[in-house]
Order: sequence, then C-alpha cells, then structure tokens
Amino acid sequence: MPKIEPRGYESKFWGYASPILALLLTGATSGLIFAIMGKPPGRTVYTFLITPLIQQGGLEALVVKAAPLIMMGVGLSLAYRANVWNIGTDGQFTLGAICGGGIGLAFPDANPWLLFPAMLIIGTIGGMVSGGLVAWMRIRFNANEILTSLMLTYVTQYLLLYLVTGPWRDPQGFGFPQTAQFSDAASGPRLVPDTNIHVGILLAPLIAIALWVMLEKSLLGFQFRVLGQATRAARFAGFSENRLVWIAMLVSGGLAGMAGLLEATGTLGQLTTQVSPGYGFTAIIVAFLGRLNPLGTIPAGLLLALTYLGGDAAQISLGLPNAVTGIFQGILLFYLLGCDFLLLHRIRWRAAPVKVA
Amino acid sequence: MLDAFVPFLVSVIAASTPLLLAATGELVVERVGVLNLGVEGMMLAGAIAGFAVSHDTGITALGVGASIIAGTILALLFAVPSLTLQANQTATGLALTIFGRGFSALVGAGYVGIPAPTLPKLEIPVLSDLPLLGPVVFHHDILVYAALAILALVAWCIRSTHLGLIMRAVGDSHDAAHALGYAVVPIRYAAVLFGGALAGLGGAYMSLAYTPLWAQDLTAGRGWVAVALVTFSAWRPIWLLIGAWFFGALMYLSLYVQALGVPVPTAFLSAVPYIGTIVVLVLISRDARRIRLHRPAMLGRPFQARA
Amino acid sequence: MPSPPPPGPLLSMTGMTKQYPGCLANDHVSLTVERNQIHALLGENGAGKSTLVKMIYGVVKPDAGKMVWEGEKVAVQNPGHAQRLGIGMVFQHFSLFEALTVAENIALGLGSAAERVGLRDRIVKVSNEYGLPLDPDRVVHDLSVGERQRIEIVRCLLQNPKLLIMDEPTSVLTPSEVQKLFVTLRRLAAEGCSILYISHKLEEVRALCSAATIMRLGRNVAQVVPANKTVKELAEIMIAADLREPTPRPGLAGETRQRLVLNKLTVRSPHHFGTDLHDVSLLIAGGEILGIAGIAGNGQNELMDALSGEILAGHPENVLIDGVPAGLMGPAERRRLRGCFVPEERNGHGAVTTMTLAENAFLSGFVLHALVRFGLIDEKRTHKVAADIIHRFDVRTTGPKAQARSLSGGNLQKFLVGREVLQDPSVLIINQPTWGVDAGAALAIHEAIMALAQEGAAVMIISQDLDEIFILADRIAVIAGGRVSDPIPTRDATIESIGRLMGGTTAQPALPVAASLTYA
Repeated sequence: MPKIEPRGYESKFWGYASPILALLLTGATSGLIFAIMGKPPGRTVYTFLITPLIQQGGLEALVVKAAPLIMMGVGLSLAYRANVWNIGTDGQFTLGAICGGGIGLAFPDANPWLLFPAMLIIGTIGGMVSGGLVAWMRIRFNANEILTSLMLTYVTQYLLLYLVTGPWRDPQGFGFPQTAQFSDAASGPRLVPDTNIHVGILLAPLIAIALWVMLEKSLLGFQFRVLGQATRAARFAGFSENRLVWIAMLVSGGLAGMAGLLEATGTLGQLTTQVSPGYGFTAIIVAFLGRLNPLGTIPAGLLLALTYLGGDAAQISLGLPNAVTGIFQGILLFYLLGCDFLLLHRIRWRAAPVKVA
Repeated sequence: MLDAFVPFLVSVIAASTPLLLAATGELVVERVGVLNLGVEGMMLAGAIAGFAVSHDTGITALGVGASIIAGTILALLFAVPSLTLQANQTATGLALTIFGRGFSALVGAGYVGIPAPTLPKLEIPVLSDLPLLGPVVFHHDILVYAALAILALVAWCIRSTHLGLIMRAVGDSHDAAHALGYAVVPIRYAAVLFGGALAGLGGAYMSLAYTPLWAQDLTAGRGWVAVALVTFSAWRPIWLLIGAWFFGALMYLSLYVQALGVPVPTAFLSAVPYIGTIVVLVLISRDARRIRLHRPAMLGRPFQARA
Repeated sequence: MPSPPPPGPLLSMTGMTKQYPGCLANDHVSLTVERNQIHALLGENGAGKSTLVKMIYGVVKPDAGKMVWEGEKVAVQNPGHAQRLGIGMVFQHFSLFEALTVAENIALGLGSAAERVGLRDRIVKVSNEYGLPLDPDRVVHDLSVGERQRIEIVRCLLQNPKLLIMDEPTSVLTPSEVQKLFVTLRRLAAEGCSILYISHKLEEVRALCSAATIMRLGRNVAQVVPANKTVKELAEIMIAADLREPTPRPGLAGETRQRLVLNKLTVRSPHHFGTDLHDVSLLIAGGEILGIAGIAGNGQNELMDALSGEILAGHPENVLIDGVPAGLMGPAERRRLRGCFVPEERNGHGAVTTMTLAENAFLSGFVLHALVRFGLIDEKRTHKVAADIIHRFDVRTTGPKAQARSLSGGNLQKFLVGREVLQDPSVLIINQPTWGVDAGAALAIHEAIMALAQEGAAVMIISQDLDEIFILADRIAVIAGGRVSDPIPTRDATIESIGRLMGGTTAQPALPVAASLTYA
C-alpha cells in the first residue's frame, strides 16, 4: 500500500508538471469515453485537439476564441488569489455586451473613433457594475459572493432575453429574437483586414502581462496574495480587506464586461438570446489551469479555446454532440485539482527504512 | 382568484420538492463541515439518469434508483479530490457542476423532447377528493411525501441520536473529533455520498414528475438555490422546509400572476426566483453573529490528520 | 470487597524506543510508576516526554520496548484500548467541541453506549465529588479555560482510571485553581489512581510529586525524589548545564517620557466568543517593560488587536503613541509612528507560513524600512532586511528565500521578534513572547526585549507565563475579564497578590519566585 507523506513545502517541479499530467490524464479519460460511445478514441482525440489547428483559418479562429477566455481568466486569477470567488463572469460578460452594445445600436453612424472606444468603456463599466454589486453585497451584508454572482448571471440572462425579444428587437429581423447588426463603426477595428481578429486579441495578452506585474511585483499585488493566504496576517499588515474585495470584483467584472463587448462586436456582430457559450465557467478552468497566474492564462486560454473548436470539429466530422466539450472541460478541472495534491505531498511506493541511531 | 389559488398551492409544494431534497442532502454534508457546491451537477446527473432509465425500461422505480446511483457517483467525484486529496472544496464543487452539466447534456442528447413514464400520484379513495385539502395534501407524487419524510428523519437523527452528535462534533472541530478517535474522513465521505443521493433524487423529481421531460440544464440553477437555502435556514431543518416552500412560491409566482391577468414581461417573472434568492441571502447574511452561532465551525476547511 | 491489587508497580516501561524521520524521539527510555503515586515526568521541550506518554496512551506505537501494566505485558493499540486498561489522559490542548454542551462533549469521549447511560447524573455526581463541579447542560464556548479542563478530567474520571496522565495541566490555571487541582490529584492518588504529571513548573512538582523521572534528548537521565532537590538542581539535571543567571535589569535609565498611553480604551470584541475591553488605562515610559499577566481568554488578543490597530478604538485619544493620537489609525499608520507588534499566533497572523522569510519581512517592515518604490516592491532591499534579521537573531534557516513554514517554532518566533526589533521601534508590544519556543530561543528573545528597552523603547509583554513576566517586567498589571488592574512594581508583587487579581481567592502561602525557573 503506497504511503502518502506531506512534503512540508511546495514542489516547484510539480508546479509545472501538475497541469501537464492533468492534461494527459484528461486526454486518456476522454479517449475512454469516446471509445464507450463507439467512436475510435485516437482519431477522436486527434479531431478534437489537432484538426482545429491545421484546418484553414484554424489559427485565426483559435486566437479569436481564446481572447475573451484569457481576458476573463486573468481577472479571475486576481480575484481567486484573494479568495474572492467571482463565479458570475458570464453575467458580467453579458452585461458588458448589453451596455456597450446598446451604445453601438443607438448611434450606428457616429464617428468610429469615438463610438467604439465609448462602447468599450461602457461595456467594461457594465461588467464593473455587476461585479461591484456583488462586492457591495459581500462587504455590506456578508452575502456569499459565489451565490450572489451566480444568481446575477441568471438575472442578466433574462434581461438580455427581454431586450432582444422586446425593445431592442431588429424590426427587419423577421421576428427572430436578435438585435440589428452592429454597423461598421460600431464593430471596432480589425487588426488584420478581412479577418475576425479584433482588438481584443492584442488587448488580452497585454492585460495578462500587466496584471502579472501588478500581482507579483507591486505592493497592491502583495496585498492580494497575502489576503488569499492568511486573512489575519493581511489585517496585521494593515491591508484593507474591503478595498481588496472591491478591486477584485471591479477588475474581474470589468474585464469580463470588456470581453463581452469585444465578443459581441468582434465575433457575433449582434446581440442574440445568448452571447456567452458558457465562457464564464470555462474562464474558471482557464484560471486554474494557468495556476492562478496571469501569465499562465495565456496558454491555458489557448488550450481551452482549442477544446471549443475541437468540439465543433468533432460534431461535424464524427457526429459527436457538442456537449462533449463541457465534459472534457469538467474532467480537466477535476484532474487539475487532483494533481495539485502532488505539490504538497509525495507518494512513497516502498516504506522508508527506519533508522535507529 | 380562489380558483387559481388551489392549483397554485399544489404547484408550490411540487416546485419546492426538488429544492427540499437537494437542500436536505446539502444540510447533512455541511453539518459535518464540508461545503459541496456541486449540487447543480449532481441534480442534473440524477435527472438524466432517472429519465433515461425510465424511458428505456418503462419502469419509473428503476429510473428513481438510477438517479440515486448517478447522484452518488458524482458525489464520489467530489469526495475524492476534496476529502482525500485535500483540494480546495469551492473549486472542486465548481468542477462537479461543470462536469455534471456536460455529462447530463451528453447523455441527454438523445432524449430531448421525448416523453417518458412519469411518477404516479397518490390516490386515496376519499381523502384525495376533498376540496382544497384533497389536491394540496393527498394528491401528490410519491417523492413529495418522501422528501418530507426524509427531512423529518434527518432532523431527528441530527438532533437526537448519537450518530447525529458525532456528525455535529465533526463539523464543529474535526481536529478534536480525530483526537477522540472518530474517523473524520469516512464520516465525511458517507455524508457527501448521502447528499449526492438526495440531490440525484431531486433531479429525478424534475425530469420524472415536475416538468416531466428532459432538456439541457433542466434544473436551471435550482441546485444553487438549494445551497443558498441551507445558509438561509441557519442549518436548521424546519427553516429549510419553509425556505423551500418560499422559493417554490417564487418560482410559481410567474404563472399565478399571469393567470391573474397582470401584464408583466415573462422574462422578468422568470427572473424573480433568482432576484428573490439574492434578496433573501442579503437579508439573512446581515446578521453575521447569528450565522456564526449556528454555522458548523469547520465548514469548507480541509482536514489534515496530524499525529 | 474488591481483591487487593497485585504487588509490584502499576506501570513499568523499559527500553522504549521511537524513531521519527531525522529524530530519535525516545532512546531506550524506562519509566516506573507505583500505585498511589504522583509521578512527575520532567524535561525540556523536545526531550521526548510527549512521545513517551503518547506510547502509553496508544496514540503512537513504539518501535521497540516493553510495557508491563499491573504485572502483565501489554501493547496498547489505541486510546480506546488504553481507556479499557484503565489509563486516562488529559492533554495540554483540549479536544472539546465549542458548540456542544458539557454532557455531549463527555459522551463523545466515552467509548461505548453502555457508558453513556445515566450520563448527566453521573457527571454531576463525579464532578462535585472531586471538587470540579460541572453543569452538564452548559455549552462549552461559555466556559473558562479552567472549567474546560474540568471537562477533560471528569471525562477521564468517569472511566475509573488507575493511571491519569496530565500534560502541563497548570499552564492555563490561576494560582487558586492550581491549589484546587492539587487537592483533587492528591485524593485520586490516595484512592488508587496514580498520576503521571508532566510539567515544567519545578516548584509545583516539588510540592506535589513524590517521584520524578527526568528526560533529556530522548533518554532517561535521572530518577529523583523532587522534594530532596532544589529547583535549581532539578533544572540543571534537565538541561545538563550550569544555569546562567539572566543579566539583571539595570533599571530605568532615567527616561520618563510616556511613549505609550492608553486612555479608557473600550473595545467590542469582533470574535463571537471573545472578551470586550473596558476602560483600559495604562502608561508606559520609554525604557520600561510593562508585563500584563493573565490567563488565556481574558481579552489579551483584543488588547493586542486594539493596540496594533486591527481593531480601531472609539476615539483617537484612546491610544497615544509618542503623544500622537492613534486610536483611529490602522496598523500601517501606527507603524509609521514607530509602533511595532508581535501577535500571539505565528501561523497565519504574525507570518504567512506559505510565503518566504523575505516576504514576511516585507509584511510588517515595508513602512519603516521604505521597501516600496513607485508602488513596486524593492526586492533587493527586502532580501537584505530579511538576511539581516536572520543573521542578527541567529535564525536557523537556509536563507531569506526559505518558506516560513520550514522553520521550527522557536526559530520563526526569533525571526518575528527580530523583524520588529530591527525596525527600531519606539513602542513594542508582544503577545506571548515565548509560547511553544525552546529554551535557547526563549533566552535569545528575552535578551532582545531587554536590550530594546535599554535603548529607550516602551515595551509591553502580554503573557500567561508568570515566571517570564517576573523576569522581564519592571511593573506588572493583570488582565481579567477585559479589564486591566493598576500596575504595581515587580519587586512589590507576589504570586499570591497577582493570583488574587486574576480572580479567585488564595489560601496558600506565597510561593517564592526564582528567576532560574524559566529556562528549565
């Protein structure tokens, strides 16, 4: 029977190896599930992970999909480091799309140099409002932020539903629940012409780097890290827990709102009944896969974007239901959490000999 | 107005049942000091397992059994990382929700929009036909009565039995319980699996009686409301029941209001239960002292056996 | 009439050995406890007493050795087995459930359902009979530490033990409670329950115990009759060295500026079962050390938090640091006024165990050492500050990059005290300076505190250890129920008068205070 021993310190090797091990285990388990479903495991995993990269337009689709995930994941890395469990980024994303998108729909012919930045700012503020509400309820009323942020997601979803079926419905839309398309001015610039590569693709990694510097090198970042690891020590040092909760929720909410606006204008082109295909929960996995390190969210976001594209590819060529992506992501998070055990513990396969002096 | 009231009451009791089942399970789990946020995932797994087996075999009892097994297996997926591998309970619970949603969507893909045999309603010769009392008290699906019976049993067990005392002790101080020789981790495993069984059962109620159909994300956040309910109730079973009825009422308010002819947008009415959850959560949490008085002191804290 | 017990000792252990990774905790240790005997087990922290006792109680299995109980060889499998044999143990740290009642707590500690029959009545009977009255329906969080210990003792007594092991029982009791306990223990021994008494309070051991086994570094070094030795002799056997007298305090250097002033400080405790502070008023001059004595749970932590700024006072004037009204300032601002603080809890309060020593040095030192430039951490300077602390205070560690949790308790405490002292404070407040710390580190910390006072700082020591206070403090005050008594000069104080202030009358002669007690 192998024995488990605590290490007494955090293993640096496993800090990097754990996510890789988790990925390998996820691949193996998924292969098993595919086999049970009657699909050839090797080919399915290939379709899932490799095909999206090599097919035409694959890389473009990858970075476009990854940008919102990275942006949201970065915000969550910061919040989770401080033990502020924002689970409602989906709602903040949606509210950002609504607020910023609303401006774009109201002023389709305005000067693009004024309109789009305004939309971006308003969208970010929309996310911040939602996040700020959660922070206020936690600080003022001790309300658990997990539940409040999650409930707000559902509420925001219904708000969107109301808007696209009612006041914002496109009169030329044949009665479908959607808004008009965003005008060129409202759609924002493309970094590479004739592609979907919008401003967010550049902003996301820049924000990740900036937040990494803040978290690791600045006094404010130190405050976040201490708060997450030892609340009393944070108080001892004179760090204000309330202030940090506000910042965590405003930043993570704002980044989600920004991502929402960018997704609505850059990829969707309009508002429909659903602007987020579950990015909120995926972003949680991105944050953990990146080990709650802002720089880590970049490869993590790319990988999880790949799983979305893979799910689509598998659906088309192998007839796998789209829900497979959700399972893959859930399994990945489980393995991540499980493999992290190896950071603080080692497994002894044979009993160590007892030394008697 | 009275015409609509009796169906309203009936609907409230029905709507509260999945919440009650899942919340009772979570109450037991939290009493031993574990926070399992994956209730939504376990409910969905139970819902699809119950529906699929019911449909494929034609026997609802087998479906109910399958839902219990599904909920328990998913609970095991939570228990191993969080109790044995000491992973963060919040993150593990989220992983369970994400997995449960994906799993149920995957398995359920072939069952959307298909009918399945539903749970029978209780039929007592004279009592079920009484006006008002008949439909409200004596004419429900069997799981409604089961939910109440289970809640009563759990309440009695926690308060009056030695097992219940041990559970409360583990939730109060797992280190002291360990020092006294109690097997903290196995006790927590048992509680978590029990919670999973009940959550699965709550999901089965949704797909086999309440809706009764399968659609992706059928529970629509009820698992989260169940977790919130446990906090509202300050870990006391009677308040769990009252809370479940209250939320059942909120969920049915939309239909009742529409039946009264009040012109409110549908989307707003659908949002009312969630807004209601937030409002009640805020009101209850304000009194931090009262919550801390009843809260199991070890809630959410991982247990590390020290020699 | 029960048959007379078999002849021979109650418990005889020989050759007990236990090896842990990197440490031989017990090396062929022997121990013999006779019937009707109160037997002391003496030794420094780390001498191996805990391990030996855990083997008796079945918590730990020996690697080698023989244990003979009532004439028969046994191998104790677990605490339940030990209890069935008739061995009970009262640990230093209680295993109690705050939210449950006395009766429920005791029920959880008993092995079988049969023992729980008629429990409430038996608790009342037994607890009253032995002078340790308990109300079975009271909830534990309402009880004082002394009352909580009674629960632990009564729990053991209900199982009719023949041997009762007590680990540092008096460290949490007022002097009068100590005397009451001694009466109970003497009675138990006379009635057939031997006591194995672990303590470092040598004066108490001399008064109570008829035999003592002394351990050092995992081995037996002596078996003595305590009454035949002086305290100093006992201490010297324990640490195998001639005891050094600590450098005497040269007295106040004439500095009379009041550097720390508390004016009727009244504060509500944020903890649910905490103690509110009422009208605390104190003056500490530069160069002076004020000792606040008191049993745990009387407001010490609230006082510490109110002084450090973690809890704000009602008015700015409630707390004056070097004359500046600081009552509404947070910790960082109070540090700017050169106030430094060492809280009781090292793990998670004074230090972040998962962070490095450099980061922990930054935690409290970034203000006075100016370690932040343009919002960014000056890592080089921080590293140097940490290295300085490590060097000057002889902290045994690999360097500033070591994680705090890799340090032993004594070393971490040296680091934390050094961290504050090297900031050159005007006011230093320490809560439990040498709790859980080995003798060598304790000495170093005491010397650092005295040196700081010598340089003109005002120092407050909050401690449960009266011996420590008598060594260090110029004046002593007592905290009880959130109120602080008027300080009196140390030379005018006796254990008796202090004990009276702690609450509870005294009926025993005053025990002389010997400075050399502490390092034993």
